[in-house]
Amino acid sequence: MAHYDITTPISDADVRKLSVNDTVTLSGTLFGIRDATQIHMFDHGRETRFDLSGHAVIHTAPNVRKVEPSEQYPAGYAPVCIGTTTSARMERFTRPLMKKNGVRMVIGKGGLLDDSLAAFGDLGGVYLAIIGGTAALETTWIEAIEDVDLDDLNPESLWKFRVRDFGPLLVAMDSHGKSLYTTVRSDSRGRRDQVLANLGVKQR
Amino acid sequence: MKIDASHVEEAAKELYIRALKVLPPDIKRGFDTLAAKESNVTGRAVLGTMIQNIEVAEQTDNLLCQDTGIPIYNVTIGTNVEIGGPELREAIRRGCERATREYPLRSSVVHPLTRKNNHTSTGPGVPVIHYDFSADAETLIIEMVPKGSGSENNSWLKMAVPAEGVDAIKAFVIDCILDAGGRTCPPTIVGVGVGGTADLCVHLAKQAATRALGSQCQDPEGHALEQELSAVVNELGVGAQGLGGDSTAFAVHVELAATHITMNPVAVNMQCHSARRSSATFTPKGVEYGF
Repeated sequence: MAHYDITTPISDADVRKLSVNDTVTLSGTLFGIRDATQIHMFDHGRETRFDLSGHAVIHTAPNVRKVEPSEQYPAGYAPVCIGTTTSARMERFTRPLMKKNGVRMVIGKGGLLDDSLAAFGDLGGVYLAIIGGTAALETTWIEAIEDVDLDDLNPESLWKFRVRDFGPLLVAMDSHGKSLYTTVRSDSRGRRDQVLANLGVKQR
Repeated sequence: MKIDASHVEEAAKELYIRALKVLPPDIKRGFDTLAAKESNVTGRAVLGTMIQNIEVAEQTDNLLCQDTGIPIYNVTIGTNVEIGGPELREAIRRGCERATREYPLRSSVVHPLTRKNNHTSTGPGVPVIHYDFSADAETLIIEMVPKGSGSENNSWLKMAVPAEGVDAIKAFVIDCILDAGGRTCPPTIVGVGVGGTADLCVHLAKQAATRALGSQCQDPEGHALEQELSAVVNELGVGAQGLGGDSTAFAVHVELAATHITMNPVAVNMQCHSARRSSATFTPKGVEYGF
């Protein structure tokens, strides 16, 4: 249960040092990505001009305000409220995102599934859990929206954020085949019968 | 009491923004209750972050969660309230659009087939508006619920049969909670609809999920069932955010309706921990905002 302060991008060797229950705080570049972004990238063949290799992506579609581009708002967007969405919907994109674009860290809520866990092992990656629904706090960790691509998909554009002390995030799935979600799921399913018995349910 | 449509429009706008920023006091108390009982280290940290977020949202006057949800307005019309029906509906829609454009809020609403986002939080059938009536004289209440997708994407209906009895209802609720895991952003309010028709059953589950903590089902048998389910739900160990612990749900709420002799429907809909709602009450004295 170690803590790591990481400046993105991260190497294969460094990401493989992370284990479930470690915590991570990120600084540097963070990319925002979502359902439509990835449907367009992987199903419709859209390319991004951003280099995502070694980087972290967060499952998000932010609330933003359109402003005149300036030093503070280089992309012409001021952050209003930036938070994290449920990851499991985007399960099938983890592997291509890592293989094709070189992403190494996926930040989201609720966890990813078996194929993503295998991809983290095969290609060197982790899933970092953020607390869903805590966007007001998360917004304070974002310094600026530096750039945006695929913006016709707004709010599901590919966002480039500059972050400082983003976290702590919990390593919930690692490159060693461990997933906190699998552990909790199997534990909670193991309690099902006792809970039903407590409710007086006769199992037929 | 005559009500001006422009006042309804203004309230519909204000309600959406207010709901997104400040959690009702019953939900804040719900967090305190769970935090006091949480035995898991990760669970305590997760709840602590959620409570901190509520404070940060209020201090920075920001939205609690980036998910602006599907806007739902529940309108309760008392006696001697005068406003045209279509006029009322359009005023609510305009207020919802204005909140989105003027704040600006992320429009989370798209056409279901083209996926086109008009950036107004509205579209066919959205905002969802429900109408009900009350015996309160000269009172119009508009409640606003921005329903987040993380919780809404986990909704279930089972048309059980009478031979399966209440056991089928209880087992289904437990299995839905296990199936949802962390995807619904727990701790949740688990809303259970029992009886009615298929569509009414799902609607009842939504009503149950979005009513205040501490409120209870008006039917005594329904209330007994919600107490029984609430007492065991946190033994499941799903925990806050599905990361384990004792904070799977704030409560289980039940709403029910009569059903057919051949039917035993049960539906589950959950409200995430950002259990947001706001309300405006119109009386001859003016408009009062609350939760």
